[in-house]
Amino acid sequence: MAVLTYRDALNAALREEMQRDDNVFLMGEEVAEYDGAYKVSRGLLKEFGARRVVDTPIAELGFTGIGVGAAMVGLRPVIEMMTMNFALLAIDQIVNTAAKVRYMSGGQIGCPLVIRGPGGAALQLGAQHSQAFESWYANIPGLKVVMPATPADAKGLLKSAIRDDNPVIFIEGEMLYNQKGEVPDGEHLIPLGRADIKRPGNDVTIICHSKTVAPAMNAAKSLADEGVDAEVVDLRTIRPLDQDAILASVAKTHRVVVAEEGWGFAGVGAQVVDLIQREAFDDLDSPVIRVHQADVPMPYNKHLEKAAKADAAKIVAAVHQACYRG
Amino acid sequence: MGVTESPPRARRRGPDAPFADQYRAWLRGMILIRRFEEKAGEAYALGQVGGFCHLYIGQEAVAVGTLAAIRPDDYVVSAYREHGQALARGIASRAVMAELYGKATGCSHGKGGSMHLFDASLHFMGGHAIVGSQIPLGTGFAFAARYRGTDQVSLTYMGEAAANIGAFHESLNIAGLWKLPVVYVIENNGYGMGTAVKRAAAITELYQRAASYAMPGVEVDGQDVVAVKQATDDAVGRARRGEGPSLLEIRTFRYMGHSMSDAASGTYRSKEELESSRQRDPIVLLETRMRELGMLDDTGLGAIEADVAAEVADAVKFAEESPEPAPDQLWTDVYAPEAR
Ligand SMILES: Cc1ncc(C[n+]2csc(CCOP(=O)(O)OP(=O)(O)O)c2C)c(N)n1
Ligand SMILES: [Mg+2]
Repeated sequence: MAVLTYRDALNAALREEMQRDDNVFLMGEEVAEYDGAYKVSRGLLKEFGARRVVDTPIAELGFTGIGVGAAMVGLRPVIEMMTMNFALLAIDQIVNTAAKVRYMSGGQIGCPLVIRGPGGAALQLGAQHSQAFESWYANIPGLKVVMPATPADAKGLLKSAIRDDNPVIFIEGEMLYNQKGEVPDGEHLIPLGRADIKRPGNDVTIICHSKTVAPAMNAAKSLADEGVDAEVVDLRTIRPLDQDAILASVAKTHRVVVAEEGWGFAGVGAQVVDLIQREAFDDLDSPVIRVHQADVPMPYNKHLEKAAKADAAKIVAAVHQACYRG
Repeated sequence: MGVTESPPRARRRGPDAPFADQYRAWLRGMILIRRFEEKAGEAYALGQVGGFCHLYIGQEAVAVGTLAAIRPDDYVVSAYREHGQALARGIASRAVMAELYGKATGCSHGKGGSMHLFDASLHFMGGHAIVGSQIPLGTGFAFAARYRGTDQVSLTYMGEAAANIGAFHESLNIAGLWKLPVVYVIENNGYGMGTAVKRAAAITELYQRAASYAMPGVEVDGQDVVAVKQATDDAVGRARRGEGPSLLEIRTFRYMGHSMSDAASGTYRSKEELESSRQRDPIVLLETRMRELGMLDDTGLGAIEADVAAEVADAVKFAEESPEPAPDQLWTDVYAPEAR
């Protein structure tokens, strides 16, 4: 197994899929000559040329719609959003065309498309650059929403997303790009829609995804010191949600914390809680506790920003609550 | 750039002129759209057609003339006022009517409706109901043609009000920049719902906007099917030769209200204005030209009308008798079938 950064794992996935299938191309702002705003596409222009690594003007609606159109006639575009905050300008094409064209056409026309880029907050980027929108996309039938937390997952899931015949919203993280981890050698594919148990445990389940996985792991470590054995379930795919994995863990631990980066109101965690109360009511020993961003736009000040964000300490506190401790 | 082309006059030739068959086909095509739309309006009034329904009456020469200029493997995309283009592209009138009725035999299997007509086999890439949303899509079909190295062209329709939306600017800028093989057709029928062009656009000569996007902009008489065909030929030829996109502003008239819920005149436009727009009816114009050229007489016209009436009656009967989609169709076509 090679140790790669999350960034290089994504780069390898793009390279391998572009080598494998000429229909796959990458399009977005600064993806080619600049080598990518976050260098995910480093070296791809050199290897594949300007036909397949396409710099666009700053026109999210325009180039996303061009990608959707190209996908409707059988190409497999990967559209890079410099950050997912800017995808709001393209949301008409994502929601009204990509997600619906198969249905509206009675199954005649599909949209095998990946829209990818970093989502959520980094550090002190202010309110407009620090937003986790996965629940918006997860609300839409027709879309898949994928959010890897580790380099291995990043590679295996991006390759599967590119091969998927549906529009996939693939949300990365600026704070994840430099993370290192082991990535299996050779062809490495992870099916969409499967959660991963990042740490097995018996006392409480921490359900998380993307940037809440690392804090959940840290929380589990400090909980272990107190004698609480936490299971960490990384959703990896938000839609379709791996209901079986969630319910199996709840059946084992009977106590649940759901952590996510974004806002709580109508968030991903709300959907997970809905599932658990419906399907596993009798398994629960205590109410499910949620951890999420404070219900405010992200402040710039670093102390306020820290106070707004979900972190390991908040997850530990939530576990205490779920376990009626402290 | 920004040239205004005057509509070409038909040359006077005998009845065996090489256009005779074409003209007859176009006349039939326009009459089919008109009679189809009249029936669709009746079916709507009877509650057989639901939702929003936008009729194409008055604009027939635009669909027939433009679509006569492209090949079967080219791509077509339009907005929600697309019955005319669907028929002129060759979707069976049965399948279009059945779609308006929401039936399983409709061209979108009853899941699209009036505003979402599709036929993948004819590269008819839909009716799209968010104003302007089809403009980037049509640009994307052209991008795909270029990517694959084919000489296919994308014919991308929009109402004139859609030329004021951001997607128009972003698409035309990219198409001009990358010289994509797309022909943008603005169907300028004078109004977006109740808003006249001059109340919505800073310049009302919309074809002039092409100058901003390094493409030719051409104003076309949309009531004259021959002029429409000729202007589209030029633009399609350019695109096919790799010379880049064009913008056609085709001036036409909408005889009816915006949709089925508003009167044709009375509030935002006067009865007189509507009456004067009907003076240059596209069907009458071609019919007159054909009579002058000796290509058509009363018997010939009567035969076309009878043929069309039979086709439309058959389409209605087919739609009425077709089954509703099976209940399980609610759940299909959301995602691609699993196995790959
Ligand atoms: C983005 C958006 N805004 C508003 C509407 C509502 N709407 C539907 S059609 C229309 C007028 C469009 O006029 P035009 O583009 O000229 O096309 P026409 O109806 O004349 O064919 C409006 C405002 C819409 N469908 N989409
Ligand atoms: Mg209009």
